[in-house]
Amino acid sequence: MLDDFFLRALIAGVGVALVAGPLGCFVVWRRLAYFGDTLSHAALLGVALAFLMQVNITLSVFAVSVMVSLALLGLQRRASLSSDALLGLLAHSSLALGLVALAFMSWVRIDLMGFLFGDILAVSKFDILAVYVGGAAVLAVLVMIWTPLFAATISRELAEAEGLRPDRANLIFMILLATVIAISMKIVGVLLITAMLIIPAATARRLSGGPEQMAVIAALVGAIAVVGGLFASLEWDTPSGPSIVVAALVLFLASLSPFAEKLPKLFGRDEKGSRPGEAK
Amino acid sequence: MLTTTTRPAGEDLVRLTGAGVYRDGRWLVRGVDLAVRRSEIVTLIGPNGSGKSTTAKTALGIVTPSEGKAERCPGLAVGYVPQKLSIDWTLPLTVERFLSLTGRISSRETDRVLEATGIPHLRHAEMRNLSGGEFQRALLARAMARKPDLLVLDEPVQGVDFSGEVALYDLIRRIRDDIGCGILLISHDLHVVMAATDHVVCLNGHVCCQGAPTAVASSEAYKQLFGARADATLAVYEHNHDHTHLEDGRVLHADGSITTHCHPDDGHHHHDHDHDHHHHDHDHDHDHGAGGAAASPAGGRHA
Repeated sequence: MLDDFFLRALIAGVGVALVAGPLGCFVVWRRLAYFGDTLSHAALLGVALAFLMQVNITLSVFAVSVMVSLALLGLQRRASLSSDALLGLLAHSSLALGLVALAFMSWVRIDLMGFLFGDILAVSKFDILAVYVGGAAVLAVLVMIWTPLFAATISRELAEAEGLRPDRANLIFMILLATVIAISMKIVGVLLITAMLIIPAATARRLSGGPEQMAVIAALVGAIAVVGGLFASLEWDTPSGPSIVVAALVLFLASLSPFAEKLPKLFGRDEKGSRPGEAK
Repeated sequence: MLTTTTRPAGEDLVRLTGAGVYRDGRWLVRGVDLAVRRSEIVTLIGPNGSGKSTTAKTALGIVTPSEGKAERCPGLAVGYVPQKLSIDWTLPLTVERFLSLTGRISSRETDRVLEATGIPHLRHAEMRNLSGGEFQRALLARAMARKPDLLVLDEPVQGVDFSGEVALYDLIRRIRDDIGCGILLISHDLHVVMAATDHVVCLNGHVCCQGAPTAVASSEAYKQLFGARADATLAVYEHNHDHTHLEDGRVLHADGSITTHCHPDDGHHHHDHDHDHHHHDHDHDHDHGAGGAAASPAGGRHA
């Protein structure tokens, strides 16, 4: 069954979306969109290094992403340069380094477009395994650190004062983000991973009445976008990554419609909180 | 200069010993000695930029002291109401969910704290839609729902109307009576402080004076610090000092002399300078020179 390349892409893509949604909510809440961009751009450097050192691409991308996030955490603490300038510097220089390094390796013949924009043909059984094992691990860890991470998202000082060790939660979150980028690179491509994190979360925002609910809805929205995008990609022979992102954008626009405003009530919440006499 | 007077017996929940915080080339606060015990309300007063929040954060362990010690009871359950908290609009967060931000709260407990803080009708309201006063009540409700050993309240009644303010200070006292926690309170409202506090610490980059409110209020040092209005209701809080902290950390005295540090016995002269106080100005800007205590190692240590 898994011999069908399209089915493999579908299974892997849905797996990626289910993990990217909840993590993307934190990216949105913490205004880390540009940070996600930086990590995913650095992924191409990971690809180049993988070819250079003959190691697994997913592992190499993961390692480079972790190193970039650690470098950022360190640099932000020194903070001689503003955060966004720092991110821009790292994002584009690592992307450029990756492209230049790949160009030098004339013996390597790779489909660069596939890495930049995703390639459903490239999804192997091993990739599916990586997505689901890695994804399950990411979600499990996210559930474990949910309380401290969420508290730290609202106020680091409050979390610290009440003994939740926010810095540790933040560090773990960075590693989770690096993992998601490594496992989703083949499906959506390095240039569009951030979209998979942000657009489903932004779509879920209007439909949810609580943070946990928003995480679940973001995962579902992402999964729908993957299925829709991949079918469109097959139908019209478009690259898989951009097709998925366009599908996610369509869902986001739909969430802006007046009809969508009524959806939260379907999920058992109302926005104004004016339901008298409700007691659990 | 006042030292510790009568204080309730009991273990220190948190203790600062000669604590000072040095950041970006200057001392934010220096030479702080204070302790909060069970069932005791300790209030920090002082002008903007006098190091009140920094002192509270040092006590909480958010800020590491550059000198001195900050000790907390092991396993201390803390409830914290920070001075500032902003909820991003991308975050769907109801008051009910906010209450269990740092730990699960039972539904009955939620009812109880919302009732106590006077916002039971806002249980399902979005945090970012609350008014300033409602927001403060939600913060206080969350902190008290944790049944803390130590409650740290950084200007807990900012933005609350006057009648609400009195009710909230009543509530704070009641929390103390009910769960017997120690409370470290930062406040501008001198008149309320004097009524609802066991121990007052007056900060201005260093501890100017501290003691029981009645003892402080009747003391010469207090009158020197707060001027003639100390006897009145103190509706307007003006903080008068006999010396000025200069930008470079030196101290200009009333008689015109400049020293590297201030001293408790230094000039109780006529030159008073007023630290303007704006009720809604809650930033950390220093509006009175260097703000920190003196640059000399001995500076500001007179607790």
